[in-house]
Amino acid sequence: MSQATLEVTDLSKSFGNHRVLDKVSLTANKGDVISILGSSGSGKSTFLRCLNLLEMPNDGDVRVKGELIEMTRPDVRGERTPKNMRQVERIRSKLSMVFQGFNLWGHMTVLQNIIEAPVHVLGQSRAEATERAHALLQRVGLYERRDYYPAHLSGGQQQRAAIARALAMDPEVILFDEPTSALDPELVGEVLKVMRELAEEGRTMIVVTHEMSFARDVSSQVMFLHQGQIEELAPPSEFFTQPRSERVRQFLSTQY
Amino acid sequence: MDFSIIADNWPLYMQGLGLTLQLVALSLVIGFCIALPLALMRQSSIKAVSWFAWGYIYFFRGTPLLVQLFIIYFGLGQWEWLKTTWAWDLFKEAYFCALLSFTLNTAAYSAEIIRGAIAATPHGEVEAAVAYGMSPFKRMFRIILPSAARRALHAYSNEIIFMLHGSSVAGIITLNDLTGVARLVNSRYYSPFEAFLTSGLIYLCVTFAIVAAVKALENRWHAHLRPRTA
Repeated sequence: MSQATLEVTDLSKSFGNHRVLDKVSLTANKGDVISILGSSGSGKSTFLRCLNLLEMPNDGDVRVKGELIEMTRPDVRGERTPKNMRQVERIRSKLSMVFQGFNLWGHMTVLQNIIEAPVHVLGQSRAEATERAHALLQRVGLYERRDYYPAHLSGGQQQRAAIARALAMDPEVILFDEPTSALDPELVGEVLKVMRELAEEGRTMIVVTHEMSFARDVSSQVMFLHQGQIEELAPPSEFFTQPRSERVRQFLSTQY
Repeated sequence: MDFSIIADNWPLYMQGLGLTLQLVALSLVIGFCIALPLALMRQSSIKAVSWFAWGYIYFFRGTPLLVQLFIIYFGLGQWEWLKTTWAWDLFKEAYFCALLSFTLNTAAYSAEIIRGAIAATPHGEVEAAVAYGMSPFKRMFRIILPSAARRALHAYSNEIIFMLHGSSVAGIITLNDLTGVARLVNSRYYSPFEAFLTSGLIYLCVTFAIVAAVKALENRWHAHLRPRTA
């Protein structure tokens, strides 16, 4: 039996008394592209950030390729911490993240950004990482700009560089946190094009997005969050044409 | 204006310059090594640690360098028991006292500069480092400090210049640094104008050299901040 690439069971997260996520479960198999939709405040970014423990979930399990991220028992305030930070760091290096605000390292060139984690986290040699980075930069169309600093690139170029940085880790899953939300409308297309190509080549992706066309055309599953719970989880063909949830119907009607 | 006084004593001035540069360079290097841990301690979540760093920094920033020097050089000699220990071999030397007070002083100022620059690291860049599996140590030395060093450079160049000028108090405790030499020449010839103008001009030249060196470093380090040409 093949193992799920990512398996989330009953994940819950509260900020103070506010319950942001309530027993959310999700399984991603190799090659799945799962789009997470929902209105703002529905908990979709928090869910994504719980997967690589940028936020510590208060309850529930996250497994990557069957390996459970071990957490302590909740303390008096209900907070948990990882039992072993080494394990978390190792798992994080298998889950690349692409951020809304790009978050490239500003003092490094594009090329340096891409080889940084492969060299200093995965322990690849500089030559090997650079060679791979060159190929990735060709793919995202930034080879000529490899010696530019992030501040000298457009938002779309920065986000493509950030995607190349994510790919350089050869990750099990790429987590996209609203990757096009900070871009000017005319730059959204170039980033979505790269993401579509990644989906086609069978990358496992979890994408928090507002791009309905991407969710409809590219995803294998669409997950709709509402008030911290899964309102609907369905393939896009069902989700967009015959949603079971009234809330989803409302949401979709405002989109078109 | 009697140029022969300057010419005759030029070798003495150069010796003074040598001592000044040595004191300043040593205190900056050692001070920086103390400043880095201090800046990190200031951020610590352990209260006692951050309060210690806070107290240190505010004591040394809150009192004049000259007073700190006098406390170490004249003040410690008042404790008779100190004179019975090995430490007295160090504290009876004006050179050691000057170096110590300069080091402790610049450590406090540098720590504050470093702390500010670390605090201004873009949050998203740190988060990306976390998300890509970097340990806290790697985050600090690969991302946060290189980024902070670039932001701190300008403020730190001011600290270097303040330290150069501040080091002139060494002349008061019998050391023949650049100012000490000027005092010596003045007392020999009763020509304060020649004596101090010469040392002043030498300070000026060194200051310009520091400014130029920092500018060259900024050109290399701040490429990511400049608008791209070409």
